[in-house]
Amino acid sequence: MADPMRIRAVARDGVVNVKVLMSHEMETGQRKDGAGQLVPAHFIQSVSATHNGKVVLSAQWGPAVSKNPFLEFNFKAGQKGERISVTWVDNKGEQRTDEATIN
Amino acid sequence: MTVFRTLAIAGLLLGYAAVTSAQSAVDEIAKYRQQLQDGNPADLWEARGEDVWKQKRGPKGVSLERCDLGLGPGVVTGAYAQLPRYFSDADRVMDLETRLVHCMVTLQGMSLADATKRPFGSGTNRSDFEALAAWITAESRGTKMNVSISHPKEAQAYRLGEKMFYFRGGPHDFACATCHGESGKRIRLQDLPNLTEKAGAQLGYTTWPAYRVSQGELRTFQWRLYDCFRQQRFPELKFTSEASIALTTFLAYNANGAAFNAPAIKR
Amino acid sequence: MNPMRRTVLKSTGSAGLLALLATAGFLRPSDVLANGWNKIAFDSKTMAETLKALGASTPASSDAIQLRAPDIAENGAVVPIAVDSKLPGTQSIAVLIDKNPQPLAASFELPSGTEGTVTTRVKMGQTSDVYALVRADGKFYMVKKEIKVTLGGCGG
Repeated sequence: MADPMRIRAVARDGVVNVKVLMSHEMETGQRKDGAGQLVPAHFIQSVSATHNGKVVLSAQWGPAVSKNPFLEFNFKAGQKGERISVTWVDNKGEQRTDEATIN
Repeated sequence: MTVFRTLAIAGLLLGYAAVTSAQSAVDEIAKYRQQLQDGNPADLWEARGEDVWKQKRGPKGVSLERCDLGLGPGVVTGAYAQLPRYFSDADRVMDLETRLVHCMVTLQGMSLADATKRPFGSGTNRSDFEALAAWITAESRGTKMNVSISHPKEAQAYRLGEKMFYFRGGPHDFACATCHGESGKRIRLQDLPNLTEKAGAQLGYTTWPAYRVSQGELRTFQWRLYDCFRQQRFPELKFTSEASIALTTFLAYNANGAAFNAPAIKR
Repeated sequence: MNPMRRTVLKSTGSAGLLALLATAGFLRPSDVLANGWNKIAFDSKTMAETLKALGASTPASSDAIQLRAPDIAENGAVVPIAVDSKLPGTQSIAVLIDKNPQPLAASFELPSGTEGTVTTRVKMGQTSDVYALVRADGKFYMVKKEIKVTLGGCGG
């Protein structure tokens, strides 16, 4: 089970700034382990952020996104106290959803 | 004559270009480090550390929430800025990790072997100590370092640590001071703090633990010492050993007065 | 709370996410496989193939796009990249790295109401041109910046 994301969402002048840290190996599939064997690719492929049931960002990633990925974006019309939800799905079908309150 | 002058000017210009490009490289690396400050993956370790602290674990099925890090049972905020310190219940000087092991054994009922089996993590083999250290040290962020050497055992640890710092040995005839005893030294692009001066000692100590970009892992001050020993080709610095606590006491005390500023992010 | 249970309760599920991803932008329905991931674009090995797979063969240049990144990355494992697009109707932003085995690193769909700015971190195998590809009002624009990669230190 993957660790929770760290989501920080701050509203200022009607714009919500969202910063997300995800716990993920983001293995490229091109790295060899100590025994010389290729470590299979394991990386987040899709990310989606929603606010009030509306998608505010969706992304597709390849293995070139860094380990323990960081993502930042801004959307309008979010208010303090409302919730934002972020989901990722990786190439093995594992997924994780976390929520945060807008500050 | 003209040729000489032209060559001289060209030489000057080349020299100037080399200096400015070296300076701009340093500036750009600084910019790179600055851009990573926001969104430090150490946050992920901090969150897990808080969970580990609060989980009921070990044969006795209790959490670490009654663990006394020096400021009273369960008090975490500011505790790291005063470690290592003398603990009367154990009658010895302990650093953070040694104290955590003590709590795992006495409160949670773990065996010493179980408690100390994974000081440092890698990939899916994660270390509870790295997570706990991330969270506990974050609770001292902004607190001024205030390590005491007034107890005789603290003073003894400090003196032993100081001796170790300057002790030359190993196949390379190295001491900690070989790399960290002069200002302006570096390994490739890495500036090495001069730990014999106040500013360097403070910068060196207060920026660990750190998320290590090159490893994708959070590394503790314990790990920093352990790996310095490896790089010097010294015998392994044993986790929670007297030597490790002594060296930590020496370096932590020398950082006194500086605001603690970790977990950080480093290349 | 049991984290497993929490995830199950909160998960939108793959099917839900698929629907969410089927928004306008880079995703051309014909290229999209069952899991919604643009395999053709992510597997492409050259810039030209990647742009073709994204339907953006001849993107125009634009002063309204800023690619913010350091000139030198101390470690290629983590290179911070921010893209700001002031183009009206910015729908999507992609980050491409010319010299990586597969240039496409990430693509972001920005619904209306979301600003044309994303920040991410990518891996670079070596010094390379890095491109920000923006789709705005159905047209593609691209800017580039060279980022030098050093491998500071000796792994410790």
